[in-house]
Amino acid sequence: MADDLYGRDLNLFKGKKDWVLFFILLGLLYVCPFFLSDRVLTVLTMVGISIVSVHGLNLLTGYCGQVSLGHVGFMAVGAYISAVLTARMGVPFFLALPLAGLGAGVAGLIFGLPSLRIKGFYLIMSTVAAHFIVIWLVIQLHSITGGSDGLAVPKPRIGGFVFNTKARYFYLVSTFAILATIVAHNIGRGRVGRAFIAIRDHDIAAEVMGINLWSYKLQAFFVGCVYAGVAGALLVHYFGFASVDQFPFMDSVWYLAMLIVGGMGSTFGAILGAVFLKLLDELVTIAGPFFAHMFPAVAAQFAASLSLIVRGLIIVVFLIFEPRGVLHRWEMVKAYFRLWPFSREETE
Amino acid sequence: MTFLLQLVVTGFALGMIYALVAIGFVIILKNSNAFNIAQGHFVMLGGYLGYTFLVIFGLPLWASILCTVLVGALGGVAIERFTLRPLIGQPAISIVMMTIALSSIIEGLATLIWGGEYKTYHGVLPTLTMKVGSISIPSEPSIGLFVSAIAVVILMLFYHYTRLGLAMRATAEDLQVVQSLGIRATVIYSLSWVIAFVVGVVGGILLGAISGVMTPLAEIGLKAFTVALLGGVNSVGGAIVAGIIMGILENVASGYLDPLLPRGGLAGVFPFLVMLIVLIFRPYGLFGLKRIERI
Repeated sequence: MADDLYGRDLNLFKGKKDWVLFFILLGLLYVCPFFLSDRVLTVLTMVGISIVSVHGLNLLTGYCGQVSLGHVGFMAVGAYISAVLTARMGVPFFLALPLAGLGAGVAGLIFGLPSLRIKGFYLIMSTVAAHFIVIWLVIQLHSITGGSDGLAVPKPRIGGFVFNTKARYFYLVSTFAILATIVAHNIGRGRVGRAFIAIRDHDIAAEVMGINLWSYKLQAFFVGCVYAGVAGALLVHYFGFASVDQFPFMDSVWYLAMLIVGGMGSTFGAILGAVFLKLLDELVTIAGPFFAHMFPAVAAQFAASLSLIVRGLIIVVFLIFEPRGVLHRWEMVKAYFRLWPFSREETE
Repeated sequence: MTFLLQLVVTGFALGMIYALVAIGFVIILKNSNAFNIAQGHFVMLGGYLGYTFLVIFGLPLWASILCTVLVGALGGVAIERFTLRPLIGQPAISIVMMTIALSSIIEGLATLIWGGEYKTYHGVLPTLTMKVGSISIPSEPSIGLFVSAIAVVILMLFYHYTRLGLAMRATAEDLQVVQSLGIRATVIYSLSWVIAFVVGVVGGILLGAISGVMTPLAEIGLKAFTVALLGGVNSVGGAIVAGIIMGILENVASGYLDPLLPRGGLAGVFPFLVMLIVLIFRPYGLFGLKRIERI
């Protein structure tokens, strides 16, 4: 009986309440395109793609502790594999997508190879190198990838059904985001995830406990980059266009920031971070013209610079005042309501 | 042969600037144990400041460099006081993220102030052409060579012969011992950021003179990291040697191989290729300390 309880404790859904909440969420996700405008759907789609990508980075960096600044490079690998396969060879999207994931995963394995010999700053640098080498290769292989001119990518389709409207693509992306979340959560709470955590907390101690560092670090790179590849493929198919400009180096930094803001090493934290920062970005995009209107002298550059400055300031504020991320705040709020009316004394 | 020599000499001048930028990076790494992503953005800022002082205000080169150094020093103090001091005692990844945030803010400010446009100040600098045998060195790289060589010498003298410089080296060695000797660690941290900022902006002026300034100039900082890695991340002397090696290698490789490649652009990735090789075969670099890991 005790075993049974323990097993139940580890379950993804603890009891009926969680299932009900899950289905309400699912229902909301699939009904909302009927009520929302295309503009909002675009934002939600981008949030979904970011969630897929951040889950990968979370497994690699948040769980396994291997900080990667080349995540966008691996997204580019997946994106171009899928783009070239569908656009030039006529491979159907749903075959190209897994291949894109696999290809990015293999690229991750190659650049993850130094991770056994080096760590910390050195490893960060090798992932930075990965980004620039990938982008350079894409430009070099101009005849295949279209290089800096870009490549038109067809919209995904199953049989006669084409994901060509915002709402349809939103369904596609949200399905992948939910799948990605479930898989990431399961990896995180299983044997592999706990090995990752042990490596993150102390790699030598982990090795002494019998965790094969080489194998698990490479697994982390592989899984993280598969996620990146899928996210990259979803991104270019959404735009119907692949170009190296969609994969700037600073975006890798930005994905890492999502992890920090959300809370590292937690599936929910990754989602929170992606949602929070993407919405913030959107807010800045909306607020930009408003401020530009107030200061017409610098209107043109204001919008572009505002988002950079706000992004930076948000990270500064979080690092100084809430280094454990939004997730920690959320847990505090939950604890407050759970303990109410006795929470007051505790918080003050 | 002349072509090769020409590439080597201009590469040497370029490498000297890389070395200057890499020193700023190494100093932060030694003292705060953090990886300063914003180093390249200091360089970019330096380029724009150089444009402002040289072209808009029309100051001579020496005065522009002096003004830029002043701005850099103020910036370094401000950055340390307001963003990095609250993080003392936090894990290194927090400091890295903070420098990332700083880089984003600096890029935003540069876009706001200078519009993120391509600015160039070719021809504003005094002309100074050198001839070594049959090869001539263009004016901007030779100014870069001189200024960065002077800056490097000043830094080395400061590091080895002044009280403060010795205190900085000691802090890098063992923080607790230094504190028990009555040296204020915050002053040392502040100073290390000032030096990093100043060498960054001075390198920026010089690079801006060679290639013009635009926000992507910040990626030079990433190249400086590869230089620091090649030299060994905790060796200032190593950064200088590695900077020169990297500058020459990059220039020679792109000079000979770019025509063979369909799209060129090898100079952009070559340092990273070198770095990957270094990371795999000699991760502590040419002059770095071998770290022994203990549980």
